[in-house]
Amino acid sequence: MLEFLIRALLGGLGVAAVAGPLGAFVVWRRMAYFGDTLAHSALLGVALGFLFNINLNLAIVVLCVGLAAILVTLQKKNIIATDTLLGILAHSALSLGLVAVSFLDNIRIDLMAYLFGDLLAVSQTDLYWIYGGGIVVLALLIGFWKPLLAVTVNEELAKVEGYPVEAIRLLLMLLVAVVIAVAMKIVGVLLITSLMIIPAATARKLSHTPVQMASISSIIGCLAVCGGLWASYHWDTPTGPSVVVCAALLFLIAYTSPLKRRAA
Amino acid sequence: MNHRLVTFDHIGIEFSGRSLLNNIEMTIDEGEIVTLIGPNGSGKSTLIRILLGLQEPTKGQVIRDKALRIGYMPQKLHIDPTLPLTVKHFLALVRGVDKKQIIPTLEKVGIAHLINSQVQVLSGGETQRVLLARALLNCPNLLVLDEPVQGVDVNGQVELYNLIEGIRNELHCGVLMVSHDLHLVMAKTDTVVCINQHVCCSGSPQHVTGHPAYQALFGVPGADESIAIYSHQHDHVHDEHGSILSDDRDVHSHCSHEQS
Repeated sequence: MLEFLIRALLGGLGVAAVAGPLGAFVVWRRMAYFGDTLAHSALLGVALGFLFNINLNLAIVVLCVGLAAILVTLQKKNIIATDTLLGILAHSALSLGLVAVSFLDNIRIDLMAYLFGDLLAVSQTDLYWIYGGGIVVLALLIGFWKPLLAVTVNEELAKVEGYPVEAIRLLLMLLVAVVIAVAMKIVGVLLITSLMIIPAATARKLSHTPVQMASISSIIGCLAVCGGLWASYHWDTPTGPSVVVCAALLFLIAYTSPLKRRAA
Repeated sequence: MNHRLVTFDHIGIEFSGRSLLNNIEMTIDEGEIVTLIGPNGSGKSTLIRILLGLQEPTKGQVIRDKALRIGYMPQKLHIDPTLPLTVKHFLALVRGVDKKQIIPTLEKVGIAHLINSQVQVLSGGETQRVLLARALLNCPNLLVLDEPVQGVDVNGQVELYNLIEGIRNELHCGVLMVSHDLHLVMAKTDTVVCINQHVCCSGSPQHVTGHPAYQALFGVPGADESIAIYSHQHDHVHDEHGSILSDDRDVHSHCSHEQS
């Protein structure tokens, strides 16, 4: 009976563990809006998946990764992906996805599940995707930690020292795309960025070094998942939003507590 | 004969039809200190960026020695406040860094006590030293310093120039220093190059060692050995847009340099 809860917990923890360090990079590089664009567009991936009868998880990953590559190319050609352009892409893709899905009247789609997540319906297959994708992302993050951090801290110095700056930027965007695709199940398209940036922002107050901030971010994310699941189970609240509320509460506690702020 | 590190071969760069740099020819050798001076908008920073590979020229090429390793000290360092980073971790980011060299390098630039400070809270001068340490940790044979003494008082200038000279002597590296000051340069400079979209003039600085009036001017002992005057030799003037007027030595007011 409790199997679904255990799967939900495992799924949530898996995503939180990976969203933590990636969220730190999203915060450091001010990519939150970029992440949001990818997330909104993920719904288009769902529609395309249904239309072409492809495995949904795969369709979403392919779309997110493809869009990330396009955005990186735009950036390289100095067609800057400003707020406005990102907003246009994000909302157009989301709406296109919703409209396309409405035409598929032979398939019942629970829109709420895609928009806000359906953590309690995590299946065994979903867990494979989450942990499979998660391990790959974490391995790449750890393996390329120094170049990723060097390029984030100061791109020019990194370039002069010989780091492959553009390849690293692309890698980061791809990692964000994969995490978004995989985490959609947990908190849905509209909230996935919050699961990345809120724990990272909370961890900022408690960290001295980048590694600390990335690790503590994971822990905070996991705590939020536990809290959110518990609230959802006891008070029948929607799980995805409950996890985010929990994360927001942790953020508030960290920033209003009398603990001395570490570093300016 | 010193080993040639970098040759600027007829470098030119254009932005939306406007020419920022024109026919720049310059060389930097091992052990040579070159000071690059010019007014605002002269293209000094652009030329540096071309050397560093951060920008591509539209004409000409930069011929670099195969074993060239550049240590770059930018003017400013901005680190996002959301990123907790100590001086030690900042320096450890250098590609291929030898971590054992971090403390000795910090001692060399005189800020070993700041090793665990967060980079965002450092003063301007301290940040500069950290940037210099980072440039040194890249084991450079060419140091590129972007306006290292801007906003620094004379005492600080003397100290920094002596430090740079010491580094040059120890590493026998080339030094390319961009200076904001049109008239005063590091005394030990081998070649001064004055540019304003093109090379206006170049030469050596004048030493005024021992001249009492000069010493009195700065009030700092040893200043006369570290700071020197550069006299421009121009055969042309620039108008306020930077383009060259015909050889007209009477029209000083249009040129941003003083005629010597």
